[in-house]
Amino acid sequence: MIHAEIEKAIRQVINNKRRVLTNEADLASYSYDASFGVFLPDIVVQPTSTNEVVGIVKLANKYKIPIYPRGRGTSLSGGPLPVHGGIVLDFSKWTDILIIEPDDLVAIVSPGVITADINKKANQFGLMYPPDPSSSHVSTIGGNLAENAGGPHGLKYGVTKDYVLGLEVVTADGEVIQTGGRTVKNVTGYDLTKLIVGSEGTLGIITKAILQLIPKPQSTGTLLVLFDDLIIAGRAISSILTGGILPSKLEIMDQASVVAVEQFDPSGLPTEIEALLLIELDGHPAAIEAEAKRVKEICLEIGAIEVKIAKTKEEEAELWKARKLVSPAIVRKKPTKISEDATVPRSRIPDMFQRLKEIRDRYNIDLVVFGHAGDGNLHPNIIADKRDIEEMKRVEKAVEEIFKAAVELGGTLSGEHGIGTMKAPFMEMELGPTGLSMMKRIKEAWDPYNLLNPGKVFPEPGQRFVLTNE
Amino acid sequence: MSRSHLLAYEETFACVQCGYCLPKCPTYETTGVETQSPRGRINLVKLLAEEKISIESAASSIELCLGCRACETACPTNVQYGTILQSAKELIAKEMPASKMESLLLEKGIPNKKWQKVAGRGLEIAQKTGMVSLARKAGIMRVFPDSIQAMESIAPVIKMPKKKEREYRVLPPIGKKTYTVGFFVGCIMDMMFSKINDDSMKLLQLAGFKVTLIEEQTCCGALLHHSGKKRETIALAQKNIAVFEKYDFDFIVNSIGGCGAMLVEYPELFDEHSEWRSRAEKFASRCKDISVLLAESSLPFTKEIRKVVAYQPSCHLQHVQKVINEPHQLIKKIPGIDYRLFENQDMCCGSAGIYNVIHYNEAMEVLDQKMNHIEKVVPDIIVTSNPGCHLQMKLGVRREGKTEKIKVVHIVELLAEACGIS
Repeated sequence: MIHAEIEKAIRQVINNKRRVLTNEADLASYSYDASFGVFLPDIVVQPTSTNEVVGIVKLANKYKIPIYPRGRGTSLSGGPLPVHGGIVLDFSKWTDILIIEPDDLVAIVSPGVITADINKKANQFGLMYPPDPSSSHVSTIGGNLAENAGGPHGLKYGVTKDYVLGLEVVTADGEVIQTGGRTVKNVTGYDLTKLIVGSEGTLGIITKAILQLIPKPQSTGTLLVLFDDLIIAGRAISSILTGGILPSKLEIMDQASVVAVEQFDPSGLPTEIEALLLIELDGHPAAIEAEAKRVKEICLEIGAIEVKIAKTKEEEAELWKARKLVSPAIVRKKPTKISEDATVPRSRIPDMFQRLKEIRDRYNIDLVVFGHAGDGNLHPNIIADKRDIEEMKRVEKAVEEIFKAAVELGGTLSGEHGIGTMKAPFMEMELGPTGLSMMKRIKEAWDPYNLLNPGKVFPEPGQRFVLTNE
Repeated sequence: MSRSHLLAYEETFACVQCGYCLPKCPTYETTGVETQSPRGRINLVKLLAEEKISIESAASSIELCLGCRACETACPTNVQYGTILQSAKELIAKEMPASKMESLLLEKGIPNKKWQKVAGRGLEIAQKTGMVSLARKAGIMRVFPDSIQAMESIAPVIKMPKKKEREYRVLPPIGKKTYTVGFFVGCIMDMMFSKINDDSMKLLQLAGFKVTLIEEQTCCGALLHHSGKKRETIALAQKNIAVFEKYDFDFIVNSIGGCGAMLVEYPELFDEHSEWRSRAEKFASRCKDISVLLAESSLPFTKEIRKVVAYQPSCHLQHVQKVINEPHQLIKKIPGIDYRLFENQDMCCGSAGIYNVIHYNEAMEVLDQKMNHIEKVVPDIIVTSNPGCHLQMKLGVRREGKTEKIKVVHIVELLAEACGIS
């Protein structure tokens, strides 16, 4: 699809052989991300300046070639997959700008900067960048912005979109616009910043971002709470929050995850419990101490069977160990892990657990549930073997039902992973035909030739949910 | 899928492609290309097994892997990267002629008379074990114009093969005897850095071990193994297992991160449930890096060393043998030392067996990045735990023009100095 003439033009824009990849092995290496599906691009380019992006977009326009922005390929929804061939724009080499301006509490970053590096650098000034997807030590900020990523901090601090003040964006016809600015308050016109964040590269290509930082809390404290009844665990979450305490993280593990972790690396957690909560508090050490005491009281009053408070940093790490071990523990059984992020209102967490249990039984699948219970963002994880086609068909049906359950309970398809290719077939279920059509109209206005990351967010004609490559 | 049985195809399915290995991969960090990452390589091996890509296309990515295996430590789902890589290397060794660079090296031979002599006259196993390649590692770099001076200065004074000089004997413990130790010298280590082996045994004695040096031991086979030569590796493994079995040592100890890793992975060379497998398992369970034993002993330090020290860990010591904390603990115990950690300390230095001979330019990119990080803590001494890393760090220091300022020593040498040995 990319003729020699076009390749030559691309090489004139990116005047560095090492940043234009065309050989078989390289193309195969940009055909996947952390989700499902394999699609070969025709060429991979690694821009390191806005001018280069403008040049490539203009070429794409001239020759009508699709473009797919990509960070480090950690997407769980298929965001960067080149589903219609064309040009993959890999931003991972564009890391030159990472400036912290402590007086304005902002960070100015290039799209390829690793998310965790922003927080690390902010920490040097006593500041923090709160969004913390679990892949933040790998993922790029560009990818996080495109997908509006979140993590455990979502409960107290919100997600990526809550920390973006301004963007530099290359439009579909190769023009450069600035959205927002560097102030927290800014109501000048439509909020294009928030429109672009989470648009998954379908409306424009982010080439620079101005991010908001906040003062870093002095300290953290951790509690581990065990429950023999899931409903009570759900009630405990609400009671902690209505009790005037806002934990910085509030994570849940169900019985199946606890059992898997104990079989993998025993640490003495009782496997007969129905749920376990991990709670992190942050702030002034005196406040943490008082709040930890209060959380313990609340949990015990409501019926927790045990509460442990970490006394040292080492003990804190020990308590979090179980949560970190869930992934390695569950894949021992079967290699394929389907990680969903359906999210429900906090009060419906127990209902969602009930629905998940029914789905597990109905389709006879291996399902464990853990995740960010504090903000209703559960991670039902299905363990399967993608070589077992029959099993994968059952899994596909189960995942469809998980989405349906989340929407029926007043929740959403995706809390933090994005829609990508994976969830596009379910968009209408959540948004309704008019809701989806209004989105489509925005897309058509911004990108009339459908060149920016085609095949994402909106379902293609006849597209259905698949987890197999064949 | 006719190739799938030749490759560790099943193992590739354990990779969920999360990408957590990327920041830990030295070649990904220097090239910034997915193809040169563990995730990319696993995908290529999978495609190779499914015959969706040619072996020529996949080969350069596989060959450019340092084999440091830092990705295994970073992997949240315990992918057996070493096994996957090894299977691809074996296939490439079988189906493809030696790489261009390797043939070039072979044609040019060893340009220096002294090295030729060493390789020629040296232990007869030299040719068979890849030691020639290592001799070349120091010698052949002269092929590259910019490294002539550098390598000349870092090459250790070779003691001619010491087979006859070395006394194969029992060294009694000093003080109360704790355990018996069979000492593994390693062929390259013993040729280039025999003093480190001598110091190692003296330290073990001081720590209360009864140390025996047996003559029948042979090369561990690691370099052959890295080049995909399984049959030859198995022969050496069987010899080592058999000769050490005759003695009932509590531990088999070495001071070489790379060899130690090969020794503990001997079981993987043999079929499950085979007799050799269980013999190898027994052997491997006794193999320990010297730092593990010394960290649990009390060493009689007699001298203060008032220096700033940085430690560059051997990849195979940390990622394969999983010996991570012990060297740090030992260095910190030495009186007077100002021990400093540096960024990306756990990342490979680019030495990787004979990698820096075959892939000189790529290895130097990795090395320069390493030196960049290490120099930020302004060390007087860089400590190593493997001879390959040792040479590479010396080269790094030399490239930065700091030979006068920064000394490179093996951890054993530093401990020996602090204990008044030497």
